[in-house]
Amino acid sequence: MSIAEAEAAGEPGRRTPDLLYSEAERDLAGSLRSLLGSRCRPEDLLGRVGGIDPGETEPYDTGLWKTIAADLGCSGLLVPEEQDGAGASFREAATVAEELGRAVAPVPYLGSAVVATTALLAAGDDATVRELARGDVTAAVAIGFETGPAAAFPLTVRVSGPKSSDGRAGLTRLRGRVRGVADALSADLLVVPADAVPHGLYVVGADAEGVRRTPVVSLDMTRQLCDIEFVDAPARPVVPGAEANQALAAAAIAGAAAIASEQLGMAEKCLEMTVAYVQERRQFARPVGSFQGLKHRLADLWVGLTQARAVARYAAGCLADGDNDAPLAVALAKSYCGDLAVRAAEECVQMHGGIGFTWEHPAHLYLKRAKAASIAFGTSDAHRASLARLADLPGAG
Amino acid sequence: MFPARRKGWPPVLTGAEFTAAGIRDRVHQFLAVRDPVATPRMDFLHARFDAGLAWVHYPVGLGGLGAPRALQPIADAEFAAAGAPDNDPGGNAIGLGMAAPTILAFGSDTQRERWLRPLWTGEEIWCQLFSEPGAGSDLASLATRAVRDPGEDSGKDPDRDWIVSGQKVWTSLAHQARWAILVARTDPDVPKHRGLSYFACDMTAPGVEVRPLRQLTGEAEFNEVFLTDVRIPDADRIGGVGDGWKVAQGTLMNERVAIGGMSMPREGGMIGGAARAWREHPEQRTTGLHDRLLRLWAEAEIARLAGLRLRQQLAAGQPGPEGSAAKIVFARLNQEISGFEVELAGADGLRYDDWTMRRPAHADFFGRGPGYRYLRAKGNSIEGGTSEILRNIVAERVLGLPPEQRVDKDVPWKDLPR
Repeated sequence: MSIAEAEAAGEPGRRTPDLLYSEAERDLAGSLRSLLGSRCRPEDLLGRVGGIDPGETEPYDTGLWKTIAADLGCSGLLVPEEQDGAGASFREAATVAEELGRAVAPVPYLGSAVVATTALLAAGDDATVRELARGDVTAAVAIGFETGPAAAFPLTVRVSGPKSSDGRAGLTRLRGRVRGVADALSADLLVVPADAVPHGLYVVGADAEGVRRTPVVSLDMTRQLCDIEFVDAPARPVVPGAEANQALAAAAIAGAAAIASEQLGMAEKCLEMTVAYVQERRQFARPVGSFQGLKHRLADLWVGLTQARAVARYAAGCLADGDNDAPLAVALAKSYCGDLAVRAAEECVQMHGGIGFTWEHPAHLYLKRAKAASIAFGTSDAHRASLARLADLPGAG
Repeated sequence: MFPARRKGWPPVLTGAEFTAAGIRDRVHQFLAVRDPVATPRMDFLHARFDAGLAWVHYPVGLGGLGAPRALQPIADAEFAAAGAPDNDPGGNAIGLGMAAPTILAFGSDTQRERWLRPLWTGEEIWCQLFSEPGAGSDLASLATRAVRDPGEDSGKDPDRDWIVSGQKVWTSLAHQARWAILVARTDPDVPKHRGLSYFACDMTAPGVEVRPLRQLTGEAEFNEVFLTDVRIPDADRIGGVGDGWKVAQGTLMNERVAIGGMSMPREGGMIGGAARAWREHPEQRTTGLHDRLLRLWAEAEIARLAGLRLRQQLAAGQPGPEGSAAKIVFARLNQEISGFEVELAGADGLRYDDWTMRRPAHADFFGRGPGYRYLRAKGNSIEGGTSEILRNIVAERVLGLPPEQRVDKDVPWKDLPR
């Protein structure tokens, strides 16, 4: 696109990322939606969360994940073809997140295919990236799910074994705890930020001796967290110092952007469920959806969706294109989509009335996912606060 | 009246020319034989229209090339880069944004030939005579009457003139306009939507009286228009007798696209002034205002991205209903941002720049001081469809929710309670 065309599109001197869905993305979304429509129905989800003792249930649907990861190729979207990946971009990755959000699917796509994959791609761990891309193994970054892109490098795990000469080779051991990690219960590998001089990223087998994963009774029942304790767990160093910071920051930005698309999908699904219900539910001898008190709120949610879609696509496009505007785009997307998904889920419960407050109706799965996701990778407030720096809007005093 | 146009010019575009490069070539060929600076302005604009480079998506012979609409900004940018005079589109916004597409869609060949060229060049300004004191959101209930001239040959000539009487309101540019698009009631005995017809009204005709309408900003951007036995030839009726509502719907759709579809750079709209004031006045900052600013800045930037996405959809031939969201968001944000700005100004927020009754040439949403912007923005959720009516439209047409109960739907207009 020339400068003149960019100007014609409304942005003087700058190319605007493509904010639409490509044909390939629409195909991918269609395949996923039909798969999830048969294998991840509300009754499947409710059955899965039915037993509330976390030790007794299978929190993640590993069979479904195998299909999505290996058969549909979703685990390798961000990985170049020469590393056994699909060589797609963050746009496709975000489209997948949107569909998984619509279904509140209990699969570790976000933690493994987006966050851990981005960290290991940035860290240059070629062998592990290949395994992840093929869907042979699943990984999670051992950070609290609330950790945003602006957070400091976490130092709750320390190197307790021999120090690697260059932070990239040899074997060592880790000791420490990490609270509230997402997608780690189903992971084969953990990518662990750990303190030493210099600090760095390490890879640890999730089932290795000295690794204890304790399931957490989680607000989001379809993405169960766990606490992890490392007791001199064997660890392989991946990357030290500043490069480790960059890899972890890239992972958090990617996580925040993907979860924004997930939130878009959730909000859209909540609106659809609610619109369908208020047309069918009759009180005072008319559909409750004929009352303006509900119609206008639903219209406002739809208006919010048009905004959320634009900013979620913008964030995905900036990451796909390597655009300098990516940090700002992701802060906008995560804060807006996060708030919208919570509002949509809350309205979904409210407008369903009594049935929406029951355990048997899936509305609560969306409410719990939406509220938890609004904290994951930085709250809306934290992301807006980062605009003070990113958009030159300094605070008082 | 206007110089005859050459037959066979412009040549019909082949598919290969329906590209940015094809349009650019066409503009460069045009500029090569017509100096954009030395040619008298109106001669240049006439020639540009006749070359099909006025609005390239219009048909050949009517200022266009039958090209995709998305290519128009490319032609505009090329002309601007060459320093060519433009047609001052802001000075004829209703003509270009609403009257022209309506004339194109519903007018006869004679009407298109007569009106579109001087409309595009700005030689003839257009205004809109729709709203009435008693018909705002419920436009279809309007009471301005158009009756056939009951002259001597009464009942014989099927093309008799119309005699129009009534009162219209909120008419911008009426004091400068040569023509108006007008909706009037031609049959009071049928339900309200069915008894309307659509006309072009000559604003210089006897019986047309224009009075300024002062608004709460102190300005008079708009007018009231009183029509007293105004004679309109039947040849100036647009669409069939009784088809006025259908034609007006087309016009109003274009209005909402025009209001919501403005394109601007980051911080280009109302938020730009607020962000600049924030940066220039650290002494006015508080934590509460900071939180509000960050929210508003984020929402404004996201609304701008949604506008970009909407234009990308149109350019890709995937028009969606998203345009109706844009105006709701635009109105609310303008109001909240300008309200924020008045507060940020503190003591200066107690002052107002000027209450004298001005007659601005263009609507100005983002100009003057914060106080003016705050007051003017109050109109944004009323003009061109209130935000409440737009929410009804979204709920019913996009989401498919049940329509509002309409007790007046099947009642003849003359029997409606009022």
